Amino acid sequence: MQSPLILTVTQLNTYAKSVVEQDVTLSNVFVMGEISNFVDHYRSGHLYMSIKDNQSVISAVMFSGNASRLKFKPENGMSVIIRGRVSIYERDGRYQLYIDDMQPDGVGALAIAFEQMKEKLSKAGLFDVEHKMRIPEIPEKIGVISSPTGAAVQDVLNVLNRRFPVAEIVFAGVQVQGNNAAPTIIDAIKKLNKTDVDVIIIARGGGSAEDLWPFNDEKLTYAIYDSQIPIISGVGHETDFTICDFVADLRAPTPSAAAELAVPDIREQKYYISALKNALDSAIENNIKEKQYNLEQLTKSTVLKNPEKIIENCELYLDSLITKINMNFKDIFTKNSSDFAMICSKLESLSPLKVLARGYSITKKDNNVIINSKDLSIGDSISIQFADGNAKAKITEV
Amino acid sequence: MKMTYEQATKRLEEIVTKLEEGSMPLEESMKLYEEGVKLSEFCMQKLNDAKQKIIDINEVKNND
Repeated sequence: MQSPLILTVTQLNTYAKSVVEQDVTLSNVFVMGEISNFVDHYRSGHLYMSIKDNQSVISAVMFSGNASRLKFKPENGMSVIIRGRVSIYERDGRYQLYIDDMQPDGVGALAIAFEQMKEKLSKAGLFDVEHKMRIPEIPEKIGVISSPTGAAVQDVLNVLNRRFPVAEIVFAGVQVQGNNAAPTIIDAIKKLNKTDVDVIIIARGGGSAEDLWPFNDEKLTYAIYDSQIPIISGVGHETDFTICDFVADLRAPTPSAAAELAVPDIREQKYYISALKNALDSAIENNIKEKQYNLEQLTKSTVLKNPEKIIENCELYLDSLITKINMNFKDIFTKNSSDFAMICSKLESLSPLKVLARGYSITKKDNNVIINSKDLSIGDSISIQFADGNAKAKITEV
Repeated sequence: MKMTYEQATKRLEEIVTKLEEGSMPLEESMKLYEEGVKLSEFCMQKLNDAKQKIIDINEVKNND
């Protein structure tokens, strides 16, 4: 009889491992179960856990490479669907599940889809801040998109009525749940874009993730993005986030809050208008006061106070002119006198009288000056002019 | 053109600023003041008489 084959533990485990790994089914298997004994080995990034259902349990490991691609954080008690393979960890002889990918079961799948949609649209630039439109401060008309039968629309209308009933409301009733919700909301946005509303509120009360699911619709997201009228989203409660919230121009935590953000407070407006009226009154008062002051300054001026001053001033001026003229005249006179004296002395030096004074005389016959003796005949009467007078004579010899 | 509350408020703000700057003829100031008074009355009336009006989108005449 052949002696039995004796294996070392290592050989056994290695053999068992090779048998398990050769199995096609076990090499790519989907398993659903609940996570327990979850350990996030933060240094290596590997995840260790047990997957169980109500009767059985299996150890599982997810290596860091695969774990880093997970869109959610696994927790104890979470129901998951796992894709992976089965093998044996030789050292411990432990039969276990090697997880390639893992998705939360049920609601968690929506969460995954949400994250994926969010990431996709974010990359497409739909949530960019530069694309956000400014919400008007004081809207004249407000579009409200909500379920006609829901509490959300009542909240919105109440707040709008309390805060700013001046604004007119254009209501677009839509479905806010189920498959028809997104298309009806898209339709409402398009219709409101053809009206003259200044802002649109999309309102829906709280609900489960499934209830709010239509607000993560890709086409709806694009409709909000494309809207030419700014949109405020007020979907669900404070803690609920939908894709609509990210793409909207303004996210409000609740429908009531959306209404609060859409309009100013009428009491503040009344106060503001009164303040403006007061400012207007004091501005005109100041204007008039300033004009009055200017007028007073003018009446205080010397001209209007003592008009005789003007005449006095004129007289003074006139006096100064006369003085100037006199002075000028004196100057001119003095200058002219000296000129005259000079000319006189020149003239004097040329005067024939001067010559006569030296002993010469002028002989005249019939008032003609006689220059040659030939012009005279015996018996002619002549007059002789001396410097100091005349004498008469008769020619006796020529 | 019918003036909206916001337009009226903006115009009123503008008038107050202009008057506060001063330096304009009295006649012009008085004209602006009168306009301002009318605007403030218009705004106050809008606020005091406001009554919420709701219409259904299906009753709205489209712009196109």
